[in-house]
Amino acid sequence: MIRLEDIHKSFDQNEVLKGISTVFETGKTNLIIGQSGSGKTVLLKCIIGLLEPDSGDILYDNRRFAEMGQKERTNLRSELGMLFQGSALFDSLTVEENVLFPLRMFSELNNKDKVKRARYCLDRVGLKDIYSQFPSEISGGMQKRAAIARAISLNPKYLFCDEPNSGLDPLTSIKIDELIMDITKEYKMTTIINTHDMNSVVTMGEKIIFIYQGDKEWEGCKEDLFYAKNEKLNEFVFASKFFQKNTENAFKE
Amino acid sequence: MNLLEHVGRYSILMYQTFSLPQKWKLFFKQTVKEVEKLGANSLPITFIISLFMGAVMTMQTQMNIENPLLPSYTVGLVTRDTLLLEFCSSILCLILAGKVGSNIASEIGTMRISEQIDAMDIMGVNSANYIILPKITGFVLFIPLLVIWSMFCGLIGGYFISLMTDLITPATYIYGIQYWFIPWYVYYSLIKSVIFAFIIASVSSYYGYYAYGGALDVGKASTNAVVNSSILILMLNVILTKILLS
Ligand SMILES: Nc1ncnc2c1ncn2[C@@H]1O[C@H](COP(=O)(O)OP(=O)(O)OP(=O)(O)O)[C@@H](O)[C@H]1O
Ligand SMILES: [Mg+2]
Repeated sequence: MIRLEDIHKSFDQNEVLKGISTVFETGKTNLIIGQSGSGKTVLLKCIIGLLEPDSGDILYDNRRFAEMGQKERTNLRSELGMLFQGSALFDSLTVEENVLFPLRMFSELNNKDKVKRARYCLDRVGLKDIYSQFPSEISGGMQKRAAIARAISLNPKYLFCDEPNSGLDPLTSIKIDELIMDITKEYKMTTIINTHDMNSVVTMGEKIIFIYQGDKEWEGCKEDLFYAKNEKLNEFVFASKFFQKNTENAFKE
Repeated sequence: MNLLEHVGRYSILMYQTFSLPQKWKLFFKQTVKEVEKLGANSLPITFIISLFMGAVMTMQTQMNIENPLLPSYTVGLVTRDTLLLEFCSSILCLILAGKVGSNIASEIGTMRISEQIDAMDIMGVNSANYIILPKITGFVLFIPLLVIWSMFCGLIGGYFISLMTDLITPATYIYGIQYWFIPWYVYYSLIKSVIFAFIIASVSSYYGYYAYGGALDVGKASTNAVVNSSILILMLNVILTKILLS
């Protein structure tokens, strides 16, 4: 469980996050949704510590980030896995070496077991037989899978995904979404996902927070999403004609 | 950003870079890769440039000192000293600043904008240490070899001129390049080049590491890296010459 307490973040005069508090639950896929530029990526970067919030605190299973020492923070890092918007695979390393990288850096396993673990992770995300290919030689969807494999190689407790299906076709997107959901359940992770893709929202939104211009406008689950009495949320949700027509019977069956 | 901010950020980056590697094995592996990429791959360009510059220097020296009072072996001597003192350290490093500097800055810059550096930081890897230290180590270790290689090629270039033209006889040239040889000049060149290599690798890494934006900005970072490390080399050259030769 990750708890946010009143997170503020500004860049010079530009106040990007205006006090966000919420709870992300364990074993669930938690979504952060909102328009482009609403501050989703900044919020995610604050949670994982790539950016320092100006004020507010983050609790990882009741451990306060602000109170942690350098050593505890480094330890915490080994519990985090992150899937970047552009996959962020190391392009000088092969797919297998990419997944091996965190293991080589931090794992106490012997070499053989590290390779075994890396291959297990790659198999888990459905990537067989491309161990020795370079990231530039595989498709965007495969890169996402490889990045997921790398993110889970150290058995993280917390998984973060920044727009996991940007740049992917709808079918591949759904597969990636399902993979993330399955992995979340399988390893009981606290997963936080940034997205503005409504398809992902209705498949994965076990817990949703809606960000509007740096404020949390709404929170709930996908079942409530279409009945919410919030103008800004409605505008966001019903921007797509498809959802205007289909919401009536979306959750009826 | 003003100069002071750059110096501050550069110092912080170097502080992060110069810590003990988290995994020595990976560090050695990376360093070997960098020696190959930054050092060994610069041997051909060093060969071509030094050979031709040595040749031209020999010709020009000969043409400029047609003075009956000066012995003809002066040509070899002047060529040798110009090569040892300036060309094989400063000029070579200026040229390598273009090749190696842009290579380093664009590689690290690309890693930055494609979030590879963020990915390392998230894992708890000291990204500056992991990426930059092997580059600096590899290049600084290899530069003496490049300098010696450049000296050798330059002298060979002059020798070809003595063979192919009638400006000077090979025997006189060979005599000239051995005449009044001061070993300190070689050490002087090596010391300078090691410092310049550090400047090239660290300044270029700095511009790459703090690149932000898109592909265009990586290009800008790489230009900045080359221009600024060249300026630094030129300025330091004056200071080092004053310290080391007087
Ligand atoms: N490093 C930074 N420096 C200055 N401003 C920034 C920085 N990062 C983000 N911002 C600003 O924060 C705001 C929110 O950006 P953010 O990337 O979080 O949006 P987002 O919700 O993730 O959008 P998208 O869906 O397009 O990814 C933007 O106005 C952006 O200009
Ligand atoms: Mg974003």
